[in-house]
Amino acid sequence: MSEQKQEQSKSDSQSISSEQGPAPSPLAAALQHEHPEWVKQTIEALGETTIVVSREDIVAACGFLKTAEGFEFDFLADLCGFDRGPEEEPRFEVNYHLFSTRNYRRLRLKVLLNEDDVRVPSVTGVWRTANWHERETYDLFGVVFEGHPDLRRILLPDDWQGHALRKDFPLRGYEPYSLE
Amino acid sequence: MSVSTTNLPPQFEIVDQPLDTQMTISMGPQHPSTHGVLRLELVLDGEMVVRCTPDIGYLHTGMEKLFEYRKYQQGIVITDRMDYLNPLGNNLAYVMAVEKLLQIEIPERAQVIRVLTCELQRIASHLVWLGTHALDIGAMTVFFYCFREREKILNLIEAASGGRLTPSYFRIGGLMMDLPAGFERRVKQFLDEFPKALAEFHKLLSGNRIFQKRTQNVGYISAADAIDWGLSGPSLRGSGIALDIRRANPYTGYETYDFEIITETDGDVWARYLVRMREMSESHKIVQQALSRLRPGPVKADAPKVVLPDREAMKRHMDALIHHFLIVAEGFDVPAGEVYQPIEASKGELGVYIKSTGGPKPARVHFRGPSFVNLSALPHMSRGAMVADIVAIIGSLDIVLGEIDR
Repeated sequence: MSEQKQEQSKSDSQSISSEQGPAPSPLAAALQHEHPEWVKQTIEALGETTIVVSREDIVAACGFLKTAEGFEFDFLADLCGFDRGPEEEPRFEVNYHLFSTRNYRRLRLKVLLNEDDVRVPSVTGVWRTANWHERETYDLFGVVFEGHPDLRRILLPDDWQGHALRKDFPLRGYEPYSLE
Repeated sequence: MSVSTTNLPPQFEIVDQPLDTQMTISMGPQHPSTHGVLRLELVLDGEMVVRCTPDIGYLHTGMEKLFEYRKYQQGIVITDRMDYLNPLGNNLAYVMAVEKLLQIEIPERAQVIRVLTCELQRIASHLVWLGTHALDIGAMTVFFYCFREREKILNLIEAASGGRLTPSYFRIGGLMMDLPAGFERRVKQFLDEFPKALAEFHKLLSGNRIFQKRTQNVGYISAADAIDWGLSGPSLRGSGIALDIRRANPYTGYETYDFEIITETDGDVWARYLVRMREMSESHKIVQQALSRLRPGPVKADAPKVVLPDREAMKRHMDALIHHFLIVAEGFDVPAGEVYQPIEASKGELGVYIKSTGGPKPARVHFRGPSFVNLSALPHMSRGAMVADIVAIIGSLDIVLGEIDR
């Protein structure tokens, strides 16, 4: 009985998380209405809204969402990268988790990047908190944030080779690290 | 010597400085007041801080990489080691994210126990902050009193989970096990004693002229800047923003508890001190309410493919034994998807991002540690401060390097 329930809930989540939910949230619809050219894809899953934006539009979209009436995403909660694996194209994702301190809504923006051109404009001009998040993503994934004021490695040493969170980087590294 | 002038206040915008007026010193990573292994590169003009550049990563152990090589349930013990002063909060954020992916409902009793133990942990975390913050500024006595009280909480957590610093008490789908006999009585005893201890801390510090002089008008950050820099938790509320994830995006039933969001408007070290001190009373209130809500019931969700069966059931039922074997040996499949689960940890917004592509191991786990983001605002807050103030400002941000470096 309980197993059936489990199976049921699993298949439910499967159907929800599959691309393009049946009814986009008011948030995604509103952005679609304002700037249809920015919204490449909308994913509604597990109560969260994800909007895929192309990298040329990310700074404009963030600036708009930060101040525009009805959105007011004034707080960048998090920014993180993801590597789908060397065989995937586009290979990299950069996720922007936006939060509004006025109406408490959350939104995820996603930028997809190809392996041969891992560059995305920096949003440090929109939120200063993006500074360290972008440095971390650069450090661990090798995503270059153009226009960042101080794009250096942050967690790993300056002379570290490679980017540790890429899927083709081995768990224990290529060779023992030494301070020599 | 050429000094880059980015992010400097106007009075310091000097490109070339002769060596005899400006000095660069390295504070840490072994400095006791940097709370672990934080290194600050300070450019000083006399005793005035011209520029402060945090250098982190000394404690980096690749935890986020490690998650990708471990099954979901094995990830819980890694979370303990991030913010080691608030391990139950880390457990909670992580298991809630996985539960969201699996869409499992947690029984009422498990929810109440999660709230109860998390709030106890919040008090314990704030006590360590209070003790070390006061110690950094020079008030040594408070430290011992704080650790005396914290010990009582750690004993409670140890009674429930078996671990003091690394409890791993919350599991995907519920709790490791139910509370032991007599736990409620011991919590009641702690709750009876704590207000007296808190009054003692207030007596030692709040009216202390030296402490006030060291903290008032130091490390100021305005409300707009605090949001821009992504501050969260008590550090944000000290600047007058009444934002608490427990109210903004409620979880584990926090919307049904009666507590106040503490704010102070001054935005300095003193304001952040007051917020945390008063927050401990609010946590005390929540623990009291949670205690009154404890009703007998299951503490594990009805999801045999995810939740480990009871030992007794394993001895009697074949399918329980099979499920146990499969969960331990192979793990359980989590449907593809991605979630961002924020909680109000003791230091601010702790967000867990999990990306699943199916299978028993996550494709990506990212922790948005509040300490990481709060520390990034340090250069902004320490402009024009004295060297000794840096120690007070770091203390007021309540950072834990385990969470920053991950």
